[in-house]
Amino acid sequence: MAMRPIATTRQVTGIPTGRLATWWVIGSEIVIFGGLLGSYLMHRLVNMQWANYAAHTNTWAGAFNTLVLLTSSLSAVLAHHAASHGDGKKAARYLWMTMGGGALFVAVKAVEWTHEIQLGYTISSNAFWAFYYTAAGLHALHVIAGVIIMGIISVACLKNEDLHRVELIGNYWHFVDLVWIFLFPLLYIAK
Amino acid sequence: MAESVPAADVHAHDDHGHHEQSFASKYLFSTDHKMIAMQYMFTGMAMALIGGFFAYAFRMQLAFPGMDVPFWGQVSAAEYNALVTNHGTIMIFWVAMPVLIAAFGNYLIPLMCGCDDMVFPRLNRLSYQIFLLSAVVLIASFFVEGGAFGGAWTAYPPLSAKAEYSLTPLGSTIWVIAVALEFVAFLLGGINFVTTAMNSRAEGMGMYDIPVVIWMIVIASILFMASVGPLIAGAVMLVFDQTLGTNFFDPDRGGDPILWQHLFWFFGHPEVYVVLLPALGITADIMATFSRKKIFAYKTVLYTTFATGVLSFMVWAHHQFIAGVDPRMAHVFTITTLLISIPIAELCFVYIATLYKGSITLSTPMLWALAFLGEFLIGGVTGIFLGASGADVYFHDTYFVLAHFHYTFFPIAIIGTFAGVTYWFPKMFGRMMNETLGKIHFWGTVIPFNCIFIPLFFLGMGGQHRRIYNYENFPELAGQGMQDIRIFATVSLLVMLAFQVVFFINFIMSLRSGKKAPNNPWRANTLEWQTPSPPPHGNFGSEMPKVYRGPYEYGTPGREEDFWPQNAPS
Amino acid sequence: MTDLIANYVPSLSTYSADIDGLIILIAWLVGFWYVLCNIVFFYFIFRYRAKPGVPTSYVTGEEKELKRWITIPHLLVLVCDLFIIYGAVRVWVDVKQTLPETPYATVRVISQQWAWSFVHPGADGKLDTADDIKTVDDLHIVKDKPYIYELMARDVLHDFSVPVFRLKQDAIPGRTIKGWFQATATGVYDIQCAEICGIGHGVMAGRIHISTEEQHAAWIAENTPAAALADMPQADTPNPKALAAR
Repeated sequence: MAMRPIATTRQVTGIPTGRLATWWVIGSEIVIFGGLLGSYLMHRLVNMQWANYAAHTNTWAGAFNTLVLLTSSLSAVLAHHAASHGDGKKAARYLWMTMGGGALFVAVKAVEWTHEIQLGYTISSNAFWAFYYTAAGLHALHVIAGVIIMGIISVACLKNEDLHRVELIGNYWHFVDLVWIFLFPLLYIAK
Repeated sequence: MAESVPAADVHAHDDHGHHEQSFASKYLFSTDHKMIAMQYMFTGMAMALIGGFFAYAFRMQLAFPGMDVPFWGQVSAAEYNALVTNHGTIMIFWVAMPVLIAAFGNYLIPLMCGCDDMVFPRLNRLSYQIFLLSAVVLIASFFVEGGAFGGAWTAYPPLSAKAEYSLTPLGSTIWVIAVALEFVAFLLGGINFVTTAMNSRAEGMGMYDIPVVIWMIVIASILFMASVGPLIAGAVMLVFDQTLGTNFFDPDRGGDPILWQHLFWFFGHPEVYVVLLPALGITADIMATFSRKKIFAYKTVLYTTFATGVLSFMVWAHHQFIAGVDPRMAHVFTITTLLISIPIAELCFVYIATLYKGSITLSTPMLWALAFLGEFLIGGVTGIFLGASGADVYFHDTYFVLAHFHYTFFPIAIIGTFAGVTYWFPKMFGRMMNETLGKIHFWGTVIPFNCIFIPLFFLGMGGQHRRIYNYENFPELAGQGMQDIRIFATVSLLVMLAFQVVFFINFIMSLRSGKKAPNNPWRANTLEWQTPSPPPHGNFGSEMPKVYRGPYEYGTPGREEDFWPQNAPS
Repeated sequence: MTDLIANYVPSLSTYSADIDGLIILIAWLVGFWYVLCNIVFFYFIFRYRAKPGVPTSYVTGEEKELKRWITIPHLLVLVCDLFIIYGAVRVWVDVKQTLPETPYATVRVISQQWAWSFVHPGADGKLDTADDIKTVDDLHIVKDKPYIYELMARDVLHDFSVPVFRLKQDAIPGRTIKGWFQATATGVYDIQCAEICGIGHGVMAGRIHISTEEQHAAWIAENTPAAALADMPQADTPNPKALAAR
């Protein structure tokens, strides 16, 4: 391994620096999604007719995606478990499963959106659809980013390098999962 | 995560010629925190020149409406709006933040915490590169069709959301993107500030051995991180409204223009503290050093800062008293706003008390630090008028507001920066600055500053409202008496700008031929002074410092010297 | 200091003196603290200048007898805050949360880029009838009578500001905001737009004409649209000529 600054090797709080940094990223993401969803809720509460727009969302697709993401979170946990036992190959395989879940999620989303757009519900239809596409789209970007980062980490895992990163991407993935747990009822179920 | 760093980048074995770095890798793509700090500082200063030039152009128009402003030309109404908008945006996002948080944060955190670099050096470099990109993007908005955005730095929709209203189809979008990029840069930077200060402190440095300035920068980074998210979401919505035709802020199709104001000020008010805290930290360290005194009640400083930080999230709507939100909300926000005066007042008292029974040397950095306190006090007390809903009905959006926040932001961004630069210059560049020129520059800045903004308080009381390119259209504001005040303020600005030349002369002369600086010219305690000036690559040579005591042990009884470096074994 | 604001801008509404009074109250309270802080601040700077042979002192600030000097003033600041909060709430409730029960009339204020349109009730005293009088940039009201205004915006945010009344209220597209005022003197004064509204923000000036009841009745008689008889709706689109004329 290349030499690192001494700063990187210190751990005064006892918490690994990488984990602190991941929490920082997650913290700043929470406020971003918090701001977006808070804004959505404020509108939703005063616009009763939004329930009629929400009726056109595909609850089944959303539910299926929820299941996909929860499953992929499970494989992320298993990847972390394998990594903490030093088994990089196994961790990589579990990461690939998680990536597969992420990809499936995005694919379902694509089909769903295509259908909705064909029906004429686009991002500029009204404020509900604007929130719908923006919030879910921002979330989907996070899914895609997570899949890409996981790909990079899994390559290193195969060489048994930087296994602690599996935990970090796992934490991020759980966060992405959690955001969806908020989005799904707010955008799909509430009708 | 940028964890694996090639050996060539950091921690070089410091014999010369062995690792001869190319110009690009040394100055442009360096991961060294000191170099990144310099990049932030010089970029910030360059942006300050641009922001200052904008102020010059629109103040000239206000004093002499319709004149051909030298170096600009006639200032049209659209240009005037673009100038004031970007003056505000630049001074806050591209001057105050990069210099106070990023430059001083990058320079000081590893040095004062006794480590060799930031925890994530490449992330640090990326943060600067995004920041630089954002600055370029912002400046580019002046050269696109329709010109730069002119809807005020608060960018309230629908004006900012639709080209048919703002008449700047590209400028407004570029403006939002530039600001959002800047936010991303500082979120990335914040990772380093917080994790380095938390995890990489020197052996023996406990929580209460951290210098106040580091605390302040870390708390400011956390405040920034916790407040900016909703506005990033808002920026996405605004760009979508501008470009995709969404209706987040369009009342005709289910949106709400007030939403943006909440998102903006939920960030915007903590943002004041984001830049205030580092400046307070810089002045705290300088005041302790030059009055040879411990900071009065160090822990109280920290607790009041925490209190201020928490309260700052509950006051945002005092910017919106008359914005058409439910009038009952005004009571809640009047109360929280006035409550925040208590920790801030306490901080002022503590700072003044630090002088008590000290041994004060009025060096240039100390003058700047004291001026910061004196001027900020004016900004603080005038804020009470605006925080009280009933009085804000009159003062809202007048020059009283403008003068008030310049009395906060100018001490923060300009006086605080000069305090920090003159104090740490010997450490940064290994040479002393010229004290005489420093003092000329100090008085030449502070006196005209007051001459600019005290008159503006009176214009505000006289009902002069903001962002008007020419007051001739308002009979009550078009009188010669008011015009004379405007001219006086503008002339004062010219004088102040002229005196900045003294600073640059001093800066360059000292850089080239200043007296060589010893390691610890101010006989200060904190760790950055216990290493050569300028610090070598890796900061502390072969042995990293150990910390035995707090940072402000001045005048400890029973010691010969009146200072006691943090790393000196007892 | 008793006329801090009224020295510059006449005080011409029933609540303007209250607002001025609140401002003066705050000025006294913060002025006291400001002066006190500065006296101590400059005294310390001069008193404790470095002198050769005089060492500094070791004071941590945790000493009880010293810390009082911080704690007690900061409690006193809290007391001052309470006074200010009380004053602010009282004024605010009166200005922004109370509407007169029996207004003399309601006027509609419509803001747009970059002009004010005003709809006055005609002789019948009611809005939305054929004899409504519509004007651009000139608002006509009667002295000593409580008015309710309905504030609207056509395009972007604007702000209806009448400095002599100490009145300011943002106008928001999609909403109608109600408020009130009662003038105490006659004359012609400025109406400003106090929220940036685009490149014409600096020309968005109106005038408020405050007159006696007789003068106002004469103005109504003179200006009642002929259309009221012909039953033709009058265009109330912005008048570009009025804008260009300035």
